[in-house]
Amino acid sequence: MEIKGKVFVFGDDVNTDEIIPARYLYTHDPEELAKYCMEDARPGFGKREDIRGGIIVAGENFGCGSSREHAPISIKAAGISCVIAKSFARIFLRNCINIGLPIIEIKDISGFKEEDIVRVDFNEGIMENEKTGKKYEFKSYPDFMKEIILSGGWINYAKNLVKGEKDG
Amino acid sequence: MGMTLTEKLLSNKYGKKVKQGDYILLEVDVALANDITAPIAIEEFYKTGLKRVYSSDQIVIVPDHFVPNKDIRSAMQVKMIREFAREQGVEKFFELGRMGIEHVLLPEQGIVKSGDIVVGADSHTCTYGALGAFATGVGSTDIAGVYMMGKAWFKVPDSIDVYIEGSFKEYVSGKDFILKLISILGVSGANYKSLEFRGPGVKNISMDSRFTISNMAIEAGGKTGIFPIDEITLEYEKSRSVVVEKLSPDEDANFIRQININLDEIEPQVAIPFLPSNSKDVSEVEKDRVKIDQVVIGSCTNGRMEDLRAAASIFKGNKIDKNVRCIIIPGSQEVYKQAIKEGLFDIFVDAQCAVSTPTCGPCLGGHMGVLADGEVAISTTNRNFVGRMGHTGSKVYLASPVVAAASGIKGYISNPENL
Ligand code: SF4
Repeated sequence: MEIKGKVFVFGDDVNTDEIIPARYLYTHDPEELAKYCMEDARPGFGKREDIRGGIIVAGENFGCGSSREHAPISIKAAGISCVIAKSFARIFLRNCINIGLPIIEIKDISGFKEEDIVRVDFNEGIMENEKTGKKYEFKSYPDFMKEIILSGGWINYAKNLVKGEKDG
Repeated sequence: MGMTLTEKLLSNKYGKKVKQGDYILLEVDVALANDITAPIAIEEFYKTGLKRVYSSDQIVIVPDHFVPNKDIRSAMQVKMIREFAREQGVEKFFELGRMGIEHVLLPEQGIVKSGDIVVGADSHTCTYGALGAFATGVGSTDIAGVYMMGKAWFKVPDSIDVYIEGSFKEYVSGKDFILKLISILGVSGANYKSLEFRGPGVKNISMDSRFTISNMAIEAGGKTGIFPIDEITLEYEKSRSVVVEKLSPDEDANFIRQININLDEIEPQVAIPFLPSNSKDVSEVEKDRVKIDQVVIGSCTNGRMEDLRAAASIFKGNKIDKNVRCIIIPGSQEVYKQAIKEGLFDIFVDAQCAVSTPTCGPCLGGHMGVLADGEVAISTTNRNFVGRMGHTGSKVYLASPVVAAASGIKGYISNPENL
């Protein structure tokens, strides 16, 4: 799998209240949530046309705070194709794996500017900033997580298990 | 090599020994969701085409975030989960008038017990670590998975040893301890890890303070924050007719880090905006004369009897400053009733506080006490992120009930000692 897109840069400790503020949690409709994606970190972000297919690049502890799955759902529904960060908060990472939003953890992520173009090769575990030519390597997921991703998310994985138990 | 408490709890349920780094699929005792997170889990469940949940016994649903429903859309969300609960025969669905904030309610009702494996689509599910349960926050899709097959996936986490000595000084409680610990760890210092509390000081920490401490493990990124099952736990469990056995980590367990804390050395803390890790001694913050507009006492962190009693001891015979408004939110119907019985409502109302029915309310900026642009609150809740209690131009300072109450009386952030 390969992804190419425009970069949007965010800082450290971006929390789920910034990604999707609680005042919009009266709904769980992805299209609606998409409009307010990153609203309290960057007002109006979710309504921009040019973020479709884009890639979020952030610092440490991205997605900290609440367990709301609305956060990765809003990012995915807004058309963001991948989130790259120095590190992710645990529940956010879990939610991304479960719903199938690609994320990458890279410790040294320096040298990204807003609107750089980045190419991510998931098979090779390499991404490249096409503006600067700088290449970054990343580790692939542990086997268990890979299985979840390959099944198309946790629900599909669970479906296969439930089916397997019945068949067996 | 000995075992951490986390490894022991997971191994006991798994039926064979697990170690740090293992991925396991495990049947859970409780799967919790609320009015914000349950709708997604329910939709995901029905999308699979399955008709019946794996076990309605595991399922707990507590509408508490936007309850009493603040508008039509939140009413629709609660209606949907209510219908699901009826259809699936979920008995542990708690309506207004019979409810409480989920993490106050579940231990109190004996739904979560020591030694249980608990997942909740709410990040503060780690609260039940106070009972010596393995409890952690997950997402709605994980809960849908439990609805389907009764199980969830876990990575057995590394553990950090928090070794506690001494006992709290006057005006110091669990909230000050956990704010101090988060300031040491930072907001991601315990990411993917379990915090395990042990040492001779643990016996000096009350059950309500333990709930407060475990509740905020997530604010350091922690997967869970677990207390050993000791005399105090057994006593608490007995009061709810639950029989359990003592359990603690082995002396030679594999901890990846040790932090030593002496309770005697902790001063009342205040976490300044916009991170829970920004805590300072109240005596230092007091010098800045931070004017406040609102006081909030409640939430899954500090909405229990010990908290209300502590606040009342400060409010007694005093009034809130004329420029301040104060909202007090008992964490459950049972806490509410007990507070009335002990005469605490009289004290609060005489001090000119507003007392609310149990709800998350202003904690997440939902309703009942949302802040305007430029307003400042001191709150016993757990998060002071940008916009957490309302307008992005507002600010939240986190503190214990006694510090919040004293500040309400003075009109600016104050040390209860100087009242
Ligand atoms: S009281 Fe606050 S932190 Fe606790 S469950 Fe409710 S919204 Fe979440």
